[in-house]
Formats: sequence, structure tokens, C-alpha cells
Amino acid sequence: MRKLSLLKRKEPLSDTQLLMTITIGIFFVMYILAMILLGGGFLHAQQLFDMLNDNASLIIVSCGLTIVMIGGGIDISVGAVTSLTVMSCALYLNSGGSLIASMLIAIGIGLAFGLVQGFLISYLEIQPFIVTLAGMFFARGMTTILSVNPQKANHKAFAALREKKIKIDALGYRAKNGNLVPGTIEIGVVVAIVCVILVFLLLKNIRLGRNIYAMGGNQQSALMLGINVKRTRFMSYLISGLLSGVAGYVFLMHTGAGNATNAAGMEMNAIASAIIGGTLLTGGVGNVIGTFFGTLSLTTIKKIVVSSGLNAPWWQSITTGGMLCFFILLQSVVLGRRAKKKKT
Amino acid sequence: MQEECLLTMRRIDKRFPGVLALNGVDFTLRAGEIHALMGENGAGKSTLIKVLTGVYQMDGGEIRVEGERIAIHSPQDAQNKGISTVYQEITLCPNLTVAENMFIGRDGGAWVRQRELERRADALLTRLGIPARSTQLLGSCSLAVQQMVAIARAVDMKCKVLILDEPTSSLDEKEVQRLFDLMRDLKSRGVGIIFVTHFLDQVYEVSDRITVLRNGELVGEYLTEELPQLQLVSKMIGKELEELSYLGETEEKKTASAETFYEAEGLSSSDALPFDFSIRKGEVNGFTGLLGSGRSESVRAIFGADKVTGGTVRVNGKPAKILRPIDAMKHGIGYLAEDRKRDGIIAELSVRENIILALQVMNGMFRPISRSESEAFADEYIKVLNIKTASRETPVGSLSGGNQQKVILARWLLTHPDYLILDEPTRGIDVGTKLEIQKLVLKLAEEGVSVTFISSEVEEMLRTCSRLIVMRDRHVVGELTGKDLNQTQVMKTIAGGEA
Repeated sequence: MRKLSLLKRKEPLSDTQLLMTITIGIFFVMYILAMILLGGGFLHAQQLFDMLNDNASLIIVSCGLTIVMIGGGIDISVGAVTSLTVMSCALYLNSGGSLIASMLIAIGIGLAFGLVQGFLISYLEIQPFIVTLAGMFFARGMTTILSVNPQKANHKAFAALREKKIKIDALGYRAKNGNLVPGTIEIGVVVAIVCVILVFLLLKNIRLGRNIYAMGGNQQSALMLGINVKRTRFMSYLISGLLSGVAGYVFLMHTGAGNATNAAGMEMNAIASAIIGGTLLTGGVGNVIGTFFGTLSLTTIKKIVVSSGLNAPWWQSITTGGMLCFFILLQSVVLGRRAKKKKT
Repeated sequence: MQEECLLTMRRIDKRFPGVLALNGVDFTLRAGEIHALMGENGAGKSTLIKVLTGVYQMDGGEIRVEGERIAIHSPQDAQNKGISTVYQEITLCPNLTVAENMFIGRDGGAWVRQRELERRADALLTRLGIPARSTQLLGSCSLAVQQMVAIARAVDMKCKVLILDEPTSSLDEKEVQRLFDLMRDLKSRGVGIIFVTHFLDQVYEVSDRITVLRNGELVGEYLTEELPQLQLVSKMIGKELEELSYLGETEEKKTASAETFYEAEGLSSSDALPFDFSIRKGEVNGFTGLLGSGRSESVRAIFGADKVTGGTVRVNGKPAKILRPIDAMKHGIGYLAEDRKRDGIIAELSVRENIILALQVMNGMFRPISRSESEAFADEYIKVLNIKTASRETPVGSLSGGNQQKVILARWLLTHPDYLILDEPTRGIDVGTKLEIQKLVLKLAEEGVSVTFISSEVEEMLRTCSRLIVMRDRHVVGELTGKDLNQTQVMKTIAGGEA
């Protein structure tokens, strides 16, 4: 806090900003510690790029979920919708469809889920948890119906698109044989970053975004202030659905194949990312930049676990759980202290 | 003053299941006047306001603004038609900045220009003399400032009709004066203000005209200077004046028995500084002091509602450990919380379920109260306390504030407490119910129940209490009994003058 006063802020940090700052700080500390103590891959920029490459779709899904959570809702269908999109697009591309149409399919599936779920939640006022739980089962089931077996997307234009990568020589490293391996970033990462920026702007400067904060802060007040709460809530789920569709396409670009178990548990990782990034489940507080760093923190800790030789998958789950717990504790301690300070 | 009619409501009807909340009510507001809307709880004030602001849709009647007939479909619609409301409970968003709270939900482009809004907000805040910065989070402002921000919002929306619903109930004297200045300022700009309050003094201080409602019907419209205060009260409650003087100041308060019921030494909690306190059987005493002086915190410590951090407690002469509310309840102590919405009622449960709640807790969950038994209890107390409800199965949330308060009171009376703590039991409720509650307190004391009574209205406490504990800045600064129990002495002690 003292350090931050150097920035000459007029106002003290809001809860959102404080929680986000903590997350960003912890991410950097963790990463630097990993560089010092573990060395190896962490010393190459490619380690960071790989983290982004592998998790671009998670970042996109988390962005959508952050919007919903700030509005005081929850969407646990996002992983399943992503999976359904991956499978649908893979099958469509396999059948020789066009590239543009496959993208439209991805967006269409996402929007369709967002539309139906948003309608049920906002206008029929059904509990979001129940609605999106149903959506999750439905999308998972559909994925399996489409194909039980993995489907590789055999499509020329799509393969070409997948191969398009940003290569940065300056951030590369020398492999053992002396060849320079340039730093490689996939297109999906660019899409993810664009999504983060767009959602950031939406939440910060667009009317809809501010209405979402108001709705999450106090729904009754938002209504009294003249905000169309139903439409605002509907839009939040619609955007979340849309981003799940986009995430599905990015996922397919990364893996190149559809699989019934794709993106399993992604919704939970997304919720964890948002929470670690400082979004409160109670709504009204949160920030997508925080979520972005939340995903990175989560990924970093997993990488650290793997690099430490604890390769079994359950170790990753255990550390994720531990980290989530740590952050929630930290948040409640920090916010609790704050509330106390304000009182006196 | 202009005699032009800004707003006319004619023959407004509003029905709720089982209740006719408004029955052909007329209301007229002129430009540039402050018009007080008075009535007991359940008289229909809130309903009328909610019809006007589009929260409820009326079942009959017409509304005209500046002669033009309008239909109001939603709160937003009302705002757009120049009718703004500032509610008793702040209806702004604490997680947004002051500027945003002033401008959100209004017309404007999709792109929010924060800087420009902040500049406009600051200009208006300065003009109206409101001590807030536009970039501040609303949650970091005091309640009074939050209320003023709500008014600033209405002003910026060029409202013609401004409705202030119980705006002063959480403000201190100085803040009230500032609010009144603001109201007079707006009045001089031609805004018509509807002022709903329970504080009669404030009505006479600031309003030009009074409309009285009773039981969902219009009693009449009067010029403030032509309606003496006592007449206003009798019009509101529809009773004769003699009945009101039942609790005259001359009435001798019965001296309590000498036996001490509860005694605390150096009691402190997470929110209260150490204090000593004792109460005898059948005594009525009170904590007084300004809002935030620690009076509520102290009684909460007695009940174990906050984390108790120290002190020794004796009940009936025996050492007792009261760390949680259930401990207190087992020792026969009941507590009626200040904030009935947060700590008291469970809105979704029925009147009956709310009434038996405390008794059920005392009994433990393995000794359920039978349905017929609980129905009998509920019926009894609905009758004894004169609770106005459609039936005993009506959700408490749909009752008016005063009746909700009675339900909580019934809940505690049912446990037959030896000691009852009432924290602001009469706040935000009408004169008639206030008197009923005061009478009840005195009756309980006669039956040997000790009562601690807290109220913002000193007059009310002087009428009921035989001993007053005065607090200032979280310390007990005085204890008044007998002769010293008068308004001047209390004020002096609170203010910290020579006492």
C-alpha cells in the first residue's frame, strides 16, 4: 500500500484494484522465484509463451465468466460449451466445410447457449446455477453424441491457419544442437489478448459494463437507478456464451482435434482464475485483468509443480486447491482489515 | 408561491391480495412547495409513492404531470418523466463511484466518458454544497452524504417532482439541517418536493402543506401553518386527543424492586469499550447518546451479539457466561435488534413462523412446537399486539414496518423473558404504534420484567425510563435518575457540557 502511494492516486485503491494488485504481485513473485530456484525452462521466454499457448481458451472462457460473476451470477456451462464447439467445428471441417463457416458455427453455438441460458435466468428468473448446470450436462451429452471417438480436423485451410504463428527470434533460445528456436506465439493467444482487452473496455467504459457492476453491487439499487436489470443480466450470459464459442475455436486451433473429454473441468479452472484474480462470487467486485493474471498464476503454479518432479496429475489438482484456498483467505483477511479500518 | 399544479393524482386505487392498500386517494403537488405526506404505518404512504415511481402499477385512477396524463411503467420511466425518488434505504450502488451513481442508468451513449462525468458531478456537488468527491467510492461516504448524492442525482436529472422517503431517519441533527437547506434551495428553483417522514418537528420546520392518509384513504390536505401538531397527530391515528395524553409526563413511574437482575462489570466486546451496567427487576432504563455513541454496541455486548472480549456478568446474583445470543436467551434475556431488516425479521417466513422462532430456538430442535400450538400462539399475539396482517400465514415481508416490529416483539414476548432489550423499537414507525409500544414497555415492567430501551427520541425515553445512561464517543458519560430526568439535562450530558 505504501509503495502504491508513490503513484499519487487521488483515491485509495478500491477493493477491485487492491485484490487485482495482490494477484499480479503474487504472480510476478512466483514466476521470479521459479526462475531463480528452478531455472531451466523458466529462464526462457518460451515458457511463458507456452503457458499462454496452452491456456488461451481458458483465458477467453475466464473473461466471460468474470463478466457473469461481477454481475452476481455464475455460469458453469462454459467448459462444456467450449467442448461442444470444438467437436462440432472439428466434424464440420472434416466434412470439408469452409473455414469462415466453421468460425460462424463456433460463434453460433456459443451465442445459442448464451441466448437460451440468459433468457431462462434473466426473464424467467431461474437460478443461474441450475440453468447452467443443465446447460453443462446438455452440452457434454451433445458432444458425446456427435462423436465418441476423437475427431482430427483434416482441413487444408484450417491446417494453414493453425500453422500461422508469431515467431520472435529475439525471444528465442538455442536448442542443444545449437539451432535457434524462435519464441513462438499461437494465433489463439492473440485472440485471447484481444478478448481480454475488449472485455476490459466493456467493463470499464461501456454502459453495459458499468450496469453489470451496478447490478452485481446491489440489484435492487440498480433497478431503482433505472437500469434494465433483466436485459443487463441477459447480456452478461450472452457474452459469456459467445466467448465460450470463441474459446472452443481457439481450443481447436491449439489441439487440432475434437475429443469428448475436451476442456474437462475448464469451468472450474475458469472460476478459480476469476476468484484468484479478485472477482468476488458475491458480485460487484472484479476485473478482467485480474482474471488474466489469475489464469497465469494458476498455470505457473502447475508448471512449478511439474518442474519440481511431481508429475502426477493429482498434484496439480492439489496445488490448485491449495492456491485457491490461499487466495480466498488472503482476500478475506485483506478486505476484513480494510472494513475494520474504515469503521474506526 | 405559485398555485400551478405540478402533479395531480386522482382517485388512485391499489389492491394487494386481501388488502385494499389505496382507496381512491387524491394527491396534488404544486411547483416550488414542500409537501409532507403523513400517515401511520399501513396508511398507504409507501404504496402511493411506489405507484408514483412505477414500482407498483395502480389498479385505478390517473396521474397527471403539468396537466398531461401519464402512465408510469417502471422506476426508469418515472425518472424520465421527471419524477425522482430518494428512498429511506439508500438505493445506490456502494461499489461504484459517486459520479457513476449520479449518472448510471440514464440516457447517454454506449461509451461512458468517466472524466467528463466526474467533472460534471464535481461541479454539481460543489454547487449543492455536498461534501463528497466524484471519484470516491460511494461505500466510503457516510449515509448522509450518500443520501445527498442521491438527491444530487435527482437534481441533475432535472426532476420536477422529488420524493424524499424518510430521508432523515439515519441522519444526525447537523446533517438534517444541511438536508433541509438543500431542500429549500431546490424548492426555490421550482421543484416540487414530497416529504415523507415520521418526525413531526421536521414536518413543521420545512413543509408548506400536509396531506394525511389513513388506512389507504385520504383524510385531507392542509396548509402546515393552519394545522396544529396535535390535530395532525389525531388526524393521522384517527383517535381523540385525550387518548394521546394517556402517557403524560406527570405520570409517576413505578419504582422497581430492589433486586438486581443483571449486573456487568467491565463488559466489553469487539465493538464496545468496557462499561459497567446493572438493571433491577422491573426496571426500565435506557441508553441514550447520538448515533454512533456506542449505545447499540453496548447492549449488543450484553446480549452477546458481538464478540465479547472481557468483563464479568452476573444474572440473578449468580456468575453467568454470556458469549453468544443463545447464552443470553437461556438466561432469560431477549433482544430486539436495531435494524429489523437485517437482524430481526425473516421476510419470507410467515407471521406465525417468525413469532415462534425464538421459542423454538430456546426449546431446541428436538422439541418441535406443534402446528396447533404455534397457531394458537400466533393468534394470541396478533390480537394482543394488534398486528395488522391479512392472516397468520402472511409473509412478514409484506407487512408495514410497524407491524413487522410488533411481530419481532411478539417473538420475544413469547419466550417470557426476564429482561428485554429494545434497540430503537419505534424507529420508522407511526405515532400510534409508538404509543402502543411505550405502553407495552411500562406494562411489562409492572409485571416484573426488566427492560432496556433505546431510542433516538429523547422525549420518548424520558416518558418510559426511570434511569438513563448517557453515552458519548463510546464511553458512558453520565447516569440520570429522578429529578435529572429532563430534556435539558439529557441534552447537556450528551453535548458534554457541565452536567
